[in-house]
Amino acid sequence: MKKENKHSKFKKYGMVIDLDKCTGCGSCMVACMAENNVPFKQDESDKLLSITWLRLFRLTNDKPFPETDVCYLPRPCMHCEGHGGHSPCVSVCPSTATDYSKDTGIVSQIYTRCFGCRYCMASCPYKARYFNWWDPVWPDGMEKYLSPKVSPRMRGVVEKCSFCYHRYQQARDKAYMQGKPDIEESDYQTACAQACPSGAITFGDLNDAKHAVYQLKKDPHAFRLLERLGTNPKVYYVSSREWVRRAGDNYLKDEGRLKKAVH
Amino acid sequence: MIGSQPYQKLSVLDEQQKAFEKCLISLKVKDSFAGRWDWTKKVFFKGLTDGVPMSVQDDTTKEMIKAVNDDADQEPFEKVATVGGPVILFFILGLIASSIVGWVVFPKLLYSQKSQPIDFNHVLHVEEVESGCESCHFFREDGTFSGTPKLEQCIECHEEVQGNSHDEIKFVEEYVAKEREVPWLIYAKQPDCVFFSHAAHIKGAQMDCVTCHGHIGESESLKVYEYNRITGYSRDIWGKNIAGFKKNTWDRMKMDDCADCHAENSARIERTQMKAPTSRFIDNILAISFPGQAPPVRKGDSVQTERDGCFVCHK
Repeated sequence: MKKENKHSKFKKYGMVIDLDKCTGCGSCMVACMAENNVPFKQDESDKLLSITWLRLFRLTNDKPFPETDVCYLPRPCMHCEGHGGHSPCVSVCPSTATDYSKDTGIVSQIYTRCFGCRYCMASCPYKARYFNWWDPVWPDGMEKYLSPKVSPRMRGVVEKCSFCYHRYQQARDKAYMQGKPDIEESDYQTACAQACPSGAITFGDLNDAKHAVYQLKKDPHAFRLLERLGTNPKVYYVSSREWVRRAGDNYLKDEGRLKKAVH
Repeated sequence: MIGSQPYQKLSVLDEQQKAFEKCLISLKVKDSFAGRWDWTKKVFFKGLTDGVPMSVQDDTTKEMIKAVNDDADQEPFEKVATVGGPVILFFILGLIASSIVGWVVFPKLLYSQKSQPIDFNHVLHVEEVESGCESCHFFREDGTFSGTPKLEQCIECHEEVQGNSHDEIKFVEEYVAKEREVPWLIYAKQPDCVFFSHAAHIKGAQMDCVTCHGHIGESESLKVYEYNRITGYSRDIWGKNIAGFKKNTWDRMKMDDCADCHAENSARIERTQMKAPTSRFIDNILAISFPGQAPPVRKGDSVQTERDGCFVCHK
């Protein structure tokens, strides 16, 4: 079972999102919800109740008309590595419902194990975790169209992006069938990466030099969200615009000026 | 100060004694309680009167004590021992009765028996096909497992009635002719939160179907499907033995059974350490006591438990 992994080194799945390419169309959000049986509410505008594993944020540079600029930022779960796999949510979970896998670098969430204390939600600096305040209500007949690969969540548990882990398992099955020691890059792609019409999202193994993300993350314009917190996230963003890069790292408007005032 | 304390005690005792008298009268009517009551009276009243000085006892108390003492003289303690017999018997009978309810009646009520829509002879089919189980329960090219065969596969041979068994005729008429899928009841159906990869076990670990499914391929007719009224799953998951003992690897299909096998085969597929905390604790003690004897402990991929991650089998 584990023989295959013995020869290859640990995987570290991650994402590189090119914010210059992102148009904010929201295809990734839709694809994610359909793929992972994410429940929706009648009023999705209520952000206290709505669940969006991958959410699109709209950033602006707050400047008047001629210089005004807008950037869309898709935010999945960052699958933080922290130091040695101790991501914020994994460290606080009292029930081992969420875990960091050294084999894949994916932060898992076991819904049947979770008892809904929401400590992980409080600890997540990206607000990537969502709580099921209600049991999901599907429109008539839609239950039959749910994906059997992902179990639907019940009321009272926390859920989040899993990097489409079921697709990883499927890819593994395929590799077993073909007698291959390892899975192909194309066999395991997340739903959002495949759905993106402008190709802004690239997904793959950050440790594997053959994967596209390996080179893309080395881009001089690459940054990660709230890097200063030490969460060591595995989702990289690339943007040629400086204000976007600054906005990604807990940047406060007065920060530069305050520092100058002290000196 | 010295005088006031006994008086307070006395007033309380008075009330208690009056209440006791009432109880005494009401209970003495019932003969069955008589034996036990006398014993209670002896023990209880002795305790009550011990704390009160004789000088402050009023007439009623004295009478009561006299009555108690008289009773005590008349009925020696030996009689109490004979009363214990029925009590112990009562508890033994109660234990037996509740054991029967728990071990026999409850399991009977818990499972309802369902029969499959049509009977199926595995022996007959295994003889006909070439590559054993995988002829009908096959893997698809992408590594997914087909599970129970669909009508499409059966039609290849069963477009017309073969032989004259009742179930064969029913199958062709009810399902093949009408192109309806047979609503088979799946004995090994797992809950929604479970991810099980047949490819990993059969192709990867080279395991046998029998290890988990038993000798179903050697059966001439399908067994009764025992439906758990609470969980909705088959009894094959919980196992036949209500105490949870199992003789064979295929007797149960619970999470612990997956874990047992993963821990047992540690030599073959490295030590996955899926065992329960207690057995891990013992393992650790053994590893320290006899260094070099135990196989090296491989740390699992989970950061939280250092065992195998939950995401391997849960979805």
